[in-house]
Amino acid sequence: MTSNGTYPIDRIRKDFPILSELVRGKPLVYLDNGASAQKPSAVIDRIGKTYETEYANVHRGVHYMSQKATDAMEAARVKAQAFLNAADEKEIIFVRGATEGINLVASSWGRANLSAGDEIVLSVLEHHSNIVPWQMIAEQTGAVIKVVPIDDSGTFLTEEYEKLLSPRTKIVAVTHVSNALGTIVPVAEVIRLAHAQGALVLLDGCQAVPHIPVDVQALDVDFYVFSGHKLYGPSGIGVLYGKEALLEAMPPYQGGGEMIDRVTFEKTTYADLPFKFEAGTPHIAGIIALGAAIDYLNGIGFEAIAAHEHDLLEYATERLVAMNSVNIVGTASEKAAILSFNINDVHPHDVGTILDYDGIAVRTGHHCAQPVMDRFDVAATVRASFGLYNTREEVDALVDGIKRVREMFA
Amino acid sequence: MTVDLRDLYQEIILEHSRKPKNSGVLEEATGEAQGNNPLCGDRVTVYVKLEGDRIADARFEARGCAISVASASMMTEILKGMTVDEAIAAFDRFQTQLTSKEAPELAEDDELAALMGVREFPTRIKCATLPWHTFRAALAGTDENSITTE
Repeated sequence: MTSNGTYPIDRIRKDFPILSELVRGKPLVYLDNGASAQKPSAVIDRIGKTYETEYANVHRGVHYMSQKATDAMEAARVKAQAFLNAADEKEIIFVRGATEGINLVASSWGRANLSAGDEIVLSVLEHHSNIVPWQMIAEQTGAVIKVVPIDDSGTFLTEEYEKLLSPRTKIVAVTHVSNALGTIVPVAEVIRLAHAQGALVLLDGCQAVPHIPVDVQALDVDFYVFSGHKLYGPSGIGVLYGKEALLEAMPPYQGGGEMIDRVTFEKTTYADLPFKFEAGTPHIAGIIALGAAIDYLNGIGFEAIAAHEHDLLEYATERLVAMNSVNIVGTASEKAAILSFNINDVHPHDVGTILDYDGIAVRTGHHCAQPVMDRFDVAATVRASFGLYNTREEVDALVDGIKRVREMFA
Repeated sequence: MTVDLRDLYQEIILEHSRKPKNSGVLEEATGEAQGNNPLCGDRVTVYVKLEGDRIADARFEARGCAISVASASMMTEILKGMTVDEAIAAFDRFQTQLTSKEAPELAEDDELAALMGVREFPTRIKCATLPWHTFRAALAGTDENSITTE
């Protein structure tokens, strides 16, 4: 059954070979998209095609295959540029993932621009990857970290955020969508207020890009990062977007091949953007396949994906709320398709193991967001995160699985 | 299928997790340690009270799953009255039983037999062993031990 008559759910599910795998004889019900999404044939095949027909090192050789691989990789950069609506393809830096993107900015921009007493603003919602790199640079520079609180629903408190901003604020680094709770942060307002104080903004877009169209120019955001593997692309590849003027002014992050202009032992000059930040041979096939993932998503259309996932979230929320034993953690009014919850007296790990026995894959634990867990005074939660190929029937399977947990722990 | 899941969640395990034995602070502890599983955020504190060479008392506080709480509960029951050497031998035996390639041979009255179900659930073995590793650290006698399993 489809959530609306026109969403081609049957065809979409056929695009993902893993969805026809059985788990202990039962169909895989994959509700762990927030951790990593499955891959459509278009992406899987693109990796094979790259290695079979157009592979060599990029930006190196004069030979045919090198040129072909370079063209395919640079075409993917243009796709990523269009995907984020960046002004220029030079503003798209390929990195290993969002984690590397954040480390790059914290390290390169941070070392050049932060000094003792400067302030970095984060929020309670952050994934550890948007906390630890800032703590590391704060330790090196003497900068101070300020943390925006959330309320009991998991909503980002914009008024509290505004109070934390000051002329000392140099950068605000917050998530676009909370990975643990699904909360959508009011990023346009976050950016406007930061810019009014002269601070830059980095957004962690990992959980946003699979669900929401992102326009970095309309947002006027300074840095935006996301990981390919959550966007139905390969793991080990991600994107850092940065405004050209900022990237130009930043020192390189890693030294090596590809990022240089001229090397002598006396002095090295660096390559132009984006290559200044892409030292070493990149994940060529991964970049090309990420381009294929973007094409695939565009083929379905973000409006259709968002509507489908919103329906799943509403349906799942409604069904879980109706279960007395389930407590939903994170009930912000603006949410992406992530449902974090606990079952009375049953530890999430036990829930996860029992659901897994029915082929239902959920994430259990702290979701690399321990400050969020502490905020709600829980050690962990169960998290169901929906993707474009999930169905209402799979929500029903989750509900049945929760009933079995209750029976076992009765 | 359900039968296998019941191997993990045996009634005795569920009973220990619902009503753990020896749960709570041991004021007169001679050693204590904290165990932490950063993968899931679970925490356990184990307290031991030694009288000479003998474990006079053992208690624990845990924030964890049914398996880790049941394991801690059963462990403290077993350890009480043992000598330090016997306790270390029990720790080694339990480790081997859970991680050996071949199915372990258990004595008929081995109270830990109920925990052998985790052998079929590799991601959950650490849940069962965390209290034991923590106990081992507590035996070392300082109160600043902290151990981590992942």
